[in-house]
Amino acid sequence: MIWLDVLVQGILLGGLYALFAAGLSLVFGIMRLVNLAHGDLIVFAAFAILLITATFGLNPFLAALIAAPLMFAAGWALQRFVLNRVLGKDILPPLLCTFGLSVALQNGMLEAFSADSQRLSVGPLESASIDLGPVTVGTLPLLTFASAVAAIFVLNRIFYTTALGRAFRAVSDDPTTASLMGLDPKSVFAIATGLAMVIVTLAALYLGVRANFDPSIGPARLLYAFQAVIIGGLGSLWGTLAGGAIIGVAQTFGAQINPEWQILAGHIAFLIVLLIRPRGLFPRAVD
Amino acid sequence: MALLSTHGLTAQYGQFKALFGVDLHVDPGECVAIIGANGAGKTTLMRSITGVLRNAPEMILHNGTPIGALPADQILQRGIAMVPEGRKLFPSLSVEENLLIGGQVRKGSGRWSLNEIYALFPILKDRRHSPGTALSGGQQQMVAIGRALMSNPGLLLCDEISLGLAPVVIRDIYAALPAIRATGAAVIVVEQDISRALAVADRVYCMMEGRVTLTAPAKDVTREAIHAAYFGAAA
Repeated sequence: MIWLDVLVQGILLGGLYALFAAGLSLVFGIMRLVNLAHGDLIVFAAFAILLITATFGLNPFLAALIAAPLMFAAGWALQRFVLNRVLGKDILPPLLCTFGLSVALQNGMLEAFSADSQRLSVGPLESASIDLGPVTVGTLPLLTFASAVAAIFVLNRIFYTTALGRAFRAVSDDPTTASLMGLDPKSVFAIATGLAMVIVTLAALYLGVRANFDPSIGPARLLYAFQAVIIGGLGSLWGTLAGGAIIGVAQTFGAQINPEWQILAGHIAFLIVLLIRPRGLFPRAVD
Repeated sequence: MALLSTHGLTAQYGQFKALFGVDLHVDPGECVAIIGANGAGKTTLMRSITGVLRNAPEMILHNGTPIGALPADQILQRGIAMVPEGRKLFPSLSVEENLLIGGQVRKGSGRWSLNEIYALFPILKDRRHSPGTALSGGQQQMVAIGRALMSNPGLLLCDEISLGLAPVVIRDIYAALPAIRATGAAVIVVEQDISRALAVADRVYCMMEGRVTLTAPAKDVTREAIHAAYFGAAA
């Protein structure tokens, strides 16, 4: 039953990767913007939660609830005042801009929080587990996965059943015609990035609770997020969850064979999917 | 006062000048046709009025207010809606969503709602859950017109709505125009089909090479005058 256990752990780990990736997927799907600072923004949100936890003596879950609207505002402002200025036909300026933001964030956090590893503590919940017959799963990984499913479900509902989601899809299709409908694409983009930062906060919560973090780990989180988005197919949120699960399962299987192979196995799985389905498993549309 | 007027309107794309001082006006409730050959500047004129191209503020007045420099979304807020050339439906949205997004920002106070659009174009109700782009050309044009009407505009701009459609389909589309005008909305129809334009319009402007070459009441205009204005004349 060891392999069943490995499979389940891998899928649950995939929930965390899907949370890393969902915000990236949302922003890319709406404005074709690849945010290279996404991983650093997750770490930034983790420090924000830590700061709120330490200052007010709150549980990290409550602290994340406070951090989420603040991160929404930060994302909104980032898009409104910085990224909107570089969006255009050329994809290079936004890439350079977010790359610069990534470097600035890492060094800024190093200055503010030092290079020490930090962790969000949730007490006994960290080691709690649930017995599910053949396998025993950690309560926290299960909660992470459930949160990922819930987040993606809610994002999908917003995307496909609300006026805001209609605006997201319209500006994604054709910003000029959307502006003829009275929509200001730049405000719609700002809301989208704000929403992505709420997901980033959720990802940061589980990142910080699960493992240590320090200012330098952002780019590695970005890499997993990228892979999950690409495996799933650009623009498909459920695909992103599947992509996260595939990387998670590959990593836990790799680690089971040889602990050194954990990270490598995830990358190999990514390459295999790219070889077989270059457009990912569930591409939303032909671009 | 004119509902909308342009004053020495110029526009250019980089070095290429597309409009050379266009003066025209539309009165409330009026239907004005703008005719002219390809490259005459008709679509550039529409892009300028709707704010896709920005101009000096005083070049375009709406109820006397300078609007030439406003962005497209604020022009729509003022009640000027556009049926763009080529229809430009949103492929990710269903027929009904395409209509809804037209009235999402500005609902206006007027006749047009989802149900009224379906009454005007009953076929759209049957196809309302299809992707907008899965429809025939004529049906897509109906969606594009309905989408613009959803904001209950005081001025509706129709850019080449007959382009690429069969004559029988064009007739169906134009049959909706009286209902649209009955709400009191003014309409600018950009057309290459001259007889169609003259049949629906109160007044006609003819453009050539970025200038207005003829202005006349539609019922008075002669074939010869249009020919001269359309192609340029030795006279």
